[in-house]
Amino acid sequence: MASKVIHALYTDDDVLMDAVKQVRGEHYHIEEVYTPFPVHGLDKAMGLAPTRLAITSFMYGCVGLTVAITMMNYIMIEDWPQNIGGKPSFSYLENMPAFVPIMFELTVFFAAHLMVITFYMRSKLWPFKEAENPDVRTTDDHFLMELDASHHDVNTMTSFLSSTGAVEIKVIDKQEDKH
Amino acid sequence: MYTLSSKLKLFSIVLVVIGVLGLSYGFLSTPGTIEDVKKEMAAHDAHGGHSESKAKADHHGDESHGEETAHGGDAHYEHILHQLQNKPWAALYIAAFFFFMIALGVLAFYAIQFAAQAGWSPVLFRVMEAITAYLVPGGIILFVILALSGFHINHLFVWADPEVVAHDKLIQGKSGWLNGTGFVIRAIIFLSGWLLYRHFAIKYSRKQDEDPTGNRWYKKSFKISAGFLVFFIYTESMASWDWIMSFDPHWFSTLFGWYVFASLFVSGITTIALITIYLKSKGYMEFVNNSHIHDLAKFMFGVSIFWTYLWFSQFMLIWYSNIPEEVTYFITRIEDYKLPFFGMLAMNFIFPLLVLMNSDYKRLNWFVVMAGIVILCGHYIDVFNMVMPATVGTSWFIGISEISAVLLFLGIFLYVVFNALTKAPLLAKGNPYIEESKHFHY
Repeated sequence: MASKVIHALYTDDDVLMDAVKQVRGEHYHIEEVYTPFPVHGLDKAMGLAPTRLAITSFMYGCVGLTVAITMMNYIMIEDWPQNIGGKPSFSYLENMPAFVPIMFELTVFFAAHLMVITFYMRSKLWPFKEAENPDVRTTDDHFLMELDASHHDVNTMTSFLSSTGAVEIKVIDKQEDKH
Repeated sequence: MYTLSSKLKLFSIVLVVIGVLGLSYGFLSTPGTIEDVKKEMAAHDAHGGHSESKAKADHHGDESHGEETAHGGDAHYEHILHQLQNKPWAALYIAAFFFFMIALGVLAFYAIQFAAQAGWSPVLFRVMEAITAYLVPGGIILFVILALSGFHINHLFVWADPEVVAHDKLIQGKSGWLNGTGFVIRAIIFLSGWLLYRHFAIKYSRKQDEDPTGNRWYKKSFKISAGFLVFFIYTESMASWDWIMSFDPHWFSTLFGWYVFASLFVSGITTIALITIYLKSKGYMEFVNNSHIHDLAKFMFGVSIFWTYLWFSQFMLIWYSNIPEEVTYFITRIEDYKLPFFGMLAMNFIFPLLVLMNSDYKRLNWFVVMAGIVILCGHYIDVFNMVMPATVGTSWFIGISEISAVLLFLGIFLYVVFNALTKAPLLAKGNPYIEESKHFHY
């Protein structure tokens, strides 16, 4: 389905922030904002839902801890409880201090790596991924706001956007959604 | 300006009175002679035998072994007698040290905020300054107790007992450091250095208030803070050897100073958070927002983990190598103090870890207060675990003496701190970072 979007370019992050607030006030739908660097507070201005990455990380950490405990309990206590240097291998708890460094490291390892992989998957990042930026200048010094213009009058939208400080406004027909 | 409410004043005075009464009861009810101990223990045994009745050679062991040959069967009872006589003293000492260490931790935190030129904390400076006001009376009380113990008025420090030292090669070897005179001189140096910094930091802070155009006094504060931090980390380490580690003069640990530091630092930060939240709830600190609380809670969380890291590093290294002269320290604690020893780990690590991990919870006052109270209790138990096993051994109990000692010092602490809060406006308006701090949002 063909859809019409408007690309409004800005050159300053403060102007962009104000523009985002005004656009939201007019109840236009912002598809996406492309910036060369993180703009503090942009997610709040756009009304994006907070990330749940930290929660996944906590759960991955719990998995790592469980892996460490079951692994060492099986190897050191259940499968072959040898006497190694007089360490008490009768129960997991008795020998636990020796296992804590591994428990800690595996918790951190799982929490960190799985969270990073989650981030890649959720944001669709991988090697050989086709870059999605609509304008190369957005990686350097321009900010681009993409608005859905399918059900609105394009002329009023463009005049409204230029009043918010946009330096360049383009109307684009998208053949299909690449996202 | 903050005004001390009469309710709070009355409350702290009531705490002091209850504390004094309870402590006097504690001192009066200690057995005076071996016969009293025998009678008391016979009564205990009749009630089904208490673990106290079992002779357990703890760290006073060598000493009581020497006496055993001389006094025959009474050596054990004499040992128990010493422990019971130590009990109210140790309770007094632990509470005195605990509240002093809170004020000291706040002083170190305050100096770090200056040296780091932190932009978020200046709105809390007056709270920190007020808490450090406790250093003066608390330091004097602690010094008096230390001097009494260092010259063997009580039996808190074994190394202060000339009779023990005469039979103990190990303590003799350490008597160059562990002797009453040196002990008192060092205490004077440590305390006067800390109080001196505190005095000038407060003075400069007040002067900066009157002269907000230039930053002359602020720069001076910055310099003395940096100097103090260097002095502090040396003296705090040495003070922890003198005031805590020397309870077990046969034992030593190299990271002990850091361990005590982490404990006092986290207690100090927690106290700042609690008092700030209290003042904010009374409407005195509307310039403090929940981002400040969030930052304090992050510090509470982070330093709690740091404390655990040091606790575990000390414990695990000694447990792993299991060298007899080192490991007795933990054996006595695990055998005789199982609940406080592992309980404090739950209170100081697991509880703050789970409660303060969530970013949203760190902004909720009641969550921070709840975590703070548990952390403070946990660090009281921490000091308890460091002091009690060496002074009262198996005769420990958190009873009237211990609780009233805490109430006594809590009363003094509250009175001194909230009285100090009335002395200056709650906003350090001359500080160059105060505007940034007022608008701090995380």
